[in-house]
Amino acid sequence: MSEKKFSKKHEWVSLDGDLATVGITKHATEMLGDIVFVEVPDVGKAVEKEGQAAVVESTKAASDVYSPVSGEITEGNKAIADDPGSVNTDPEGASWFFKLKIKDKGEYDSLMSKDEYDKFCKENPS
Amino acid sequence: MGLTRRVIMNVQKTALYDYHKNLGAKFVPFAGYEMPIQYKDGIVKEHISTRTHAGFFDVSHMGQFFLEGDDTLTVALEKIIPADLKSLKINHLKYSFLLNNEGGIIDDLIITKTEKGFCVILNAACKENDIKQISQLLTKNHKYLLNNDLSLIALQGPKSVEILEKLISGVKNLKFMTGSHFKHEGENIYITRSGYTGEDGFEISISNKKVEKFIDYLTLNKVKPIGLGARDTLRLEAGLCLYGHDLNEQINPVEANLKWAIAKKRKEAGGFNGWEKIKSLLANGSEKIRVGIKPDGKVIARENTKIYSSDNNEIGFVTSGTFGPSVNAPVAMGYVKSEFSGIGTSIQLEVRGKKYGGKISELPFYKKSYVK
Repeated sequence: MSEKKFSKKHEWVSLDGDLATVGITKHATEMLGDIVFVEVPDVGKAVEKEGQAAVVESTKAASDVYSPVSGEITEGNKAIADDPGSVNTDPEGASWFFKLKIKDKGEYDSLMSKDEYDKFCKENPS
Repeated sequence: MGLTRRVIMNVQKTALYDYHKNLGAKFVPFAGYEMPIQYKDGIVKEHISTRTHAGFFDVSHMGQFFLEGDDTLTVALEKIIPADLKSLKINHLKYSFLLNNEGGIIDDLIITKTEKGFCVILNAACKENDIKQISQLLTKNHKYLLNNDLSLIALQGPKSVEILEKLISGVKNLKFMTGSHFKHEGENIYITRSGYTGEDGFEISISNKKVEKFIDYLTLNKVKPIGLGARDTLRLEAGLCLYGHDLNEQINPVEANLKWAIAKKRKEAGGFNGWEKIKSLLANGSEKIRVGIKPDGKVIARENTKIYSSDNNEIGFVTSGTFGPSVNAPVAMGYVKSEFSGIGTSIQLEVRGKKYGGKISELPFYKKSYVK
């Protein structure tokens, strides 16, 4: 699997061939606080780059999760919908949000590296 | 992820602002104040530790409004407050409201009878207007003061009594909704057994100068600081209203399902703002009414969520909704047409364009444990 890339909207994406896995970053979960609801997309749904793909709610508020790359959803992570709190525990591992078959690898390549993302978070404190 | 940045301008701070900062508070602007929304532990842990141990809340942004005067003061206040103030004993407190001419709720409040008159605890966002409304009814024989030299601390949770009694002997004898003066650090402080979480607890009115030392004592006894986030989940589980959300000037006490808070004597004799309307609503029922709502699954129906009947007619809207950590499920309150207000009635909640099932539920969601 390829290295993780990061979006300015605080999603991460990793790539295995043309299959991408998307989740939200640890930094995002720290800003959100306790996560109490997750809605993942249905299989077969077409998503655009930066289009709304999932929902995450903390005790404080609801936020949209955008897809950093365009493609067709192949799987939503049912485990996090059943246990939303697990997103706080392992956001960049087992608690991924959805997988999708990508159309354009260039979209993935243009995202930030881990170092670039960390720098971005420091410069843009929410 | 849609995370937004906030711009904070020209806000007030409570005496404990720096103290909160040192405790790791995250602040949000609330009613013109910069207030802690949560601390390091986060909302769920803060909520649970209040229910299982004890938590303290800085509610100094709320107005502590003192009124002095003779019986004519009581008469004046009874025009705008539908409580039985004439019969209220010294050191007893009541939950009530300020009403406008149509019976709409200007603010909800706690009023305590004092030796010289009354003390009224007002919501921060409303206090300026409240004082304007009240002062219009007063004469030169009445004195009033919003005391900004006092902090107000709520200590809530099952261990509150044990912890506070060790510091201030005698508080354990207070019954729910009563108060008394106590000597502390050479100062006269006022403590009531009350709160807004559904737990046993106290509200402590203490000078801004002494409040830090008092909080030092609480934190030493493992009382966690609790932010506005958990205050909201706690009060919602307890079925208690939040002004500006569940209550406003267009809503009257009958619609708000708070007719219990209008004194029996006052319901009959009247003489307060909006009585004609309230009397007729008491007799005939209101068109809409505040209810508890439990979504069937995990979906959270937040404020302004539209409510539909099972046959798809719009019947109301949500005014407060969150995840209830002690109920371990989403909970909400809202207004529905009265014919749909029966406990167990199936409803639908429209969240992000999709309809989810839910039921009208009894309030509170979480059983209260007050010491009577």
